[in-house]
Amino acid sequence: MPALPLDTAGKYVAAAYLVFLALVLIYVAIMAGRLSRIEKDLEEVTELLEQRAGERETVPVD
Amino acid sequence: MNAVFGRGLRTLSLLTAALLVGAFALVFFYAPNDADQGFIQKIFYLHVPLAIVALGGFVAGGVYGIRYLRTGDRLHDLRSYVAIHLSLILAVGALVTGSIWARGSWGVWWTWDEPTLVSFLIVFLLYACYQPLRFSIEDPERQARYAAVFSVIAGAFVPLNFMAVRMAQAYVHPRVLSTTGGSMPGSMRLTFAVAVLAMALLFVTLWKYELASKSATFRLRALKRRLAGDEELWTTRRSAAPTL
Repeated sequence: MPALPLDTAGKYVAAAYLVFLALVLIYVAIMAGRLSRIEKDLEEVTELLEQRAGERETVPVD
Repeated sequence: MNAVFGRGLRTLSLLTAALLVGAFALVFFYAPNDADQGFIQKIFYLHVPLAIVALGGFVAGGVYGIRYLRTGDRLHDLRSYVAIHLSLILAVGALVTGSIWARGSWGVWWTWDEPTLVSFLIVFLLYACYQPLRFSIEDPERQARYAAVFSVIAGAFVPLNFMAVRMAQAYVHPRVLSTTGGSMPGSMRLTFAVAVLAMALLFVTLWKYELASKSATFRLRALKRRLAGDEELWTTRRSAAPTL
């Protein structure tokens, strides 16, 4: 097949590079979701620690 | 489990971003248009590195599978899992960009009489079974062991498949790389080498990101369980991902 003219070939090239960009961006978005879950877990651990510290303070000392 | 996967990740990320930008700059401003295919050949610098790195990642998954079987260290199972998981994503990219290139160059999205395309699809479909295999096994030990055996066998199949296609006589896919130097001019060769390196670095960076993320999640959950002392928190969801 003869080489495509630049205006037609450009669309295909742009589409291919956009697919790559989209894949990377989707991956980054998934990673961002995971990061927010880690943050939530961290918050829960902090709450548990604070709860433990509070319990320790309320225990009467003989 | 004391591995720190996030070490050096910032430098690696910056290096990857710089190399990717450099590679794309070389593709569009340095490498000449192909005499035969014209501008559409620029897809080559994206499609082929994606395929090479994906296949390399599958083999790396097999290597970590062997390491897991030899040592029983669950970190190797995690490394193998993440390498295969990322390679599948890159393989999707290679298939889609290849289809776009085929449509522009040959007028079709896919052709079944092309050994390179079909063999890549077979490898992709083979690895597409990896996650369902893991998910189908509930016991983490067995899951890791079976997944490692799968990764080793499938990993060995990748170079064998590559060699079989190379030895096939009736191929029509253009051969631009060979042990005798190939047919690419120097500027194209340099651009291609930088593009492959950039893609490989992207793979390593994302691999480390995912390992760091999974490791942090496991550690936090373990900490939560210890702090809560709650049996309910011990019950983890069934997952294809390894547990440490």
